[in-house]
Amino acid sequence: MELLDNLALGFSTALLVQNVLYCFVGVLLGTAVGVLPGIGPTATVAMLLPITFSFEPVTALIMLAGIYYGAQYGGSTTAILINLPGESSAAVTALDGHEMARQGRAGPALAAAAIGSFVAGTVATVALAAAAPPLASVALRFGPADYFSLVLFGLIVSIALARGSALKALAMIALGVLLGTVGQDIYTGTPRFVFEQRELYGGIDFVSVAVGLFGVAEILRNLENEQTRTAIVSKVTNLWPTREDRRRIIAPILRGTGLGAALGVLPGGGHVLASFTSYAVEKRISKRPQEFGRGAIEGVAGPESANNAAAQTSFIPLLTLGLPAHPVMALMIGAFIVHGITPGPNVINDEPALFWGLIASMWIGNVLLLLLNLPLIGLWVRMLRIPYQVLFPMIILFAAIGTYSLNFNAYDVYAIAFFGILGYILIKCGCEPAPLLLGFVLGPLLEENLRRSLIISRGDPSVFVTRPISAALLALAVVALVVAVLPTIRRRRAVVFAEDE
Amino acid sequence: MERRRSLPDVLAGGIFVLIGGAFVVGALGYELGTPTRMGPGAFPLLVGAAVVALGLAIAGKGLVAGEVISFGPVPWRAVAVIVLAVLFFGFTIRRLGFVPTTAVTALLTTLASARVRLLTAVAVAAGLTVASTLIFVVGLQLRIPLWGPWLGF
Repeated sequence: MELLDNLALGFSTALLVQNVLYCFVGVLLGTAVGVLPGIGPTATVAMLLPITFSFEPVTALIMLAGIYYGAQYGGSTTAILINLPGESSAAVTALDGHEMARQGRAGPALAAAAIGSFVAGTVATVALAAAAPPLASVALRFGPADYFSLVLFGLIVSIALARGSALKALAMIALGVLLGTVGQDIYTGTPRFVFEQRELYGGIDFVSVAVGLFGVAEILRNLENEQTRTAIVSKVTNLWPTREDRRRIIAPILRGTGLGAALGVLPGGGHVLASFTSYAVEKRISKRPQEFGRGAIEGVAGPESANNAAAQTSFIPLLTLGLPAHPVMALMIGAFIVHGITPGPNVINDEPALFWGLIASMWIGNVLLLLLNLPLIGLWVRMLRIPYQVLFPMIILFAAIGTYSLNFNAYDVYAIAFFGILGYILIKCGCEPAPLLLGFVLGPLLEENLRRSLIISRGDPSVFVTRPISAALLALAVVALVVAVLPTIRRRRAVVFAEDE
Repeated sequence: MERRRSLPDVLAGGIFVLIGGAFVVGALGYELGTPTRMGPGAFPLLVGAAVVALGLAIAGKGLVAGEVISFGPVPWRAVAVIVLAVLFFGFTIRRLGFVPTTAVTALLTTLASARVRLLTAVAVAAGLTVASTLIFVVGLQLRIPLWGPWLGF
């Protein structure tokens, strides 16, 4: 049983005292920041990322993963209690969760979310452990041309899954790729687009991009119309769901887990799609569809499970192919690179303790999350009362300090302001920020593999269609592009996404 | 979804054209190389051209059949103050040191809200300065001097 051996190795790493401790700290910090209204998981991870840089690689990555699912969970608490989802995947939870809270049933809603997340996290961790090694061994046979096509495929699929205009998403990706070319050229060392500023030779730091797009831009949007937030945060009582509730959430949790685990692998917001799909499925097969939107506990349990399962399985493309499925995974790539590890198929063989330790820690993190969240709910409720006038200066300040501490480079801080403004304007024009970040992170990979394959093929571009893997991926990318642009399918997609609007 | 002329679409397209165009012009200044050995300018040139093309498509579509999005109000004060605060932080952190830079940045950002009173702002800024000094310098051992050379240290 190789899987068991591997998991044993993983648990022996993950259960080291310092790893459990920092997993706990990560989950706690992640939840605490994720609970704050208006900050989604991406901004949370970007802001807390610098904290992890001083640790050992395994510990740092375990902590970061903890921050991620802590933030995810904290976001759903906010969604349920005050109807302010931090990111789109929690928007579904807000539908019925907040309705339940208004009926005085916040406790069961939070418990359903926590239990669902835990079950989903457990199942998806096993799925991750089982699926990663075979995928990684396939990926090892990839040549540069195949990688180029894979990255292109990933970027294009992310458009097909994103909401909003496909044309704009495509433009955002291309813009991200373009901004990723700033800095020294990998082959010739020529500094590009640096305006003679030595500080820009290393390129723009992805943390600045993420903090600007997801932190500063979001704050500016929140400051558009300031009003005293009607925080009707009632006391959370009766945490434990009734027997009727428990009976009703079992099937949605299992279905949500399955859906989420499968969809989470897809690039570009599989977790959002997973929670929306789960909600739609539950509503369709429910005997009481009229209850949905009026506080149906199935509408909380299903999407929350789907969301969390997808959060775990989105590590599969990261750990096996080095491809981020969504912005948070893009930040994880950055964290790997900071620690001198290139994420991809080699990690599993070169760093088995890190690979399996990270996977095992996800399960431990889910246990911690369950133990932490239900008893600490009172604390989270109190954090929700922090006035925005204190909150947003804190976010900006911590973001500035955090990005400066990355390289002690003032340009990283200036970049926050630049991307904050750029992101703000583009978001107001109806462009989603996530594709830009994905393009930014994957751009250098795209360029490197394009140039390397052309060097190997002596300038013959047909290499991309004559290699079977590459050709298949490009064909799939074309299909995905057609799907994304085709009006009829877009309309149906709009229906899936429109459930909450 | 109703479709008609949409100014936000035209604006978005314009931004893409502008940035893409700037990169194209910049890329032409670098060596383009041959397909076998692409120079540093080739890839940005290709992608920049794609961004320009997509921007033109978005703007063009926005003129005839754009997405109906309302642009909404812009919190000019917040935009100006936050940009100023972030630039100030980047510029002075080396020169003034951690404590004064943090304090001024915090105070400036707090003033971004149109509803804040000066006294509250000072209190929030003081609190944040103490908190971030404790977290980042004492707790996380960040190697940034507390007081910088501009203050005679």
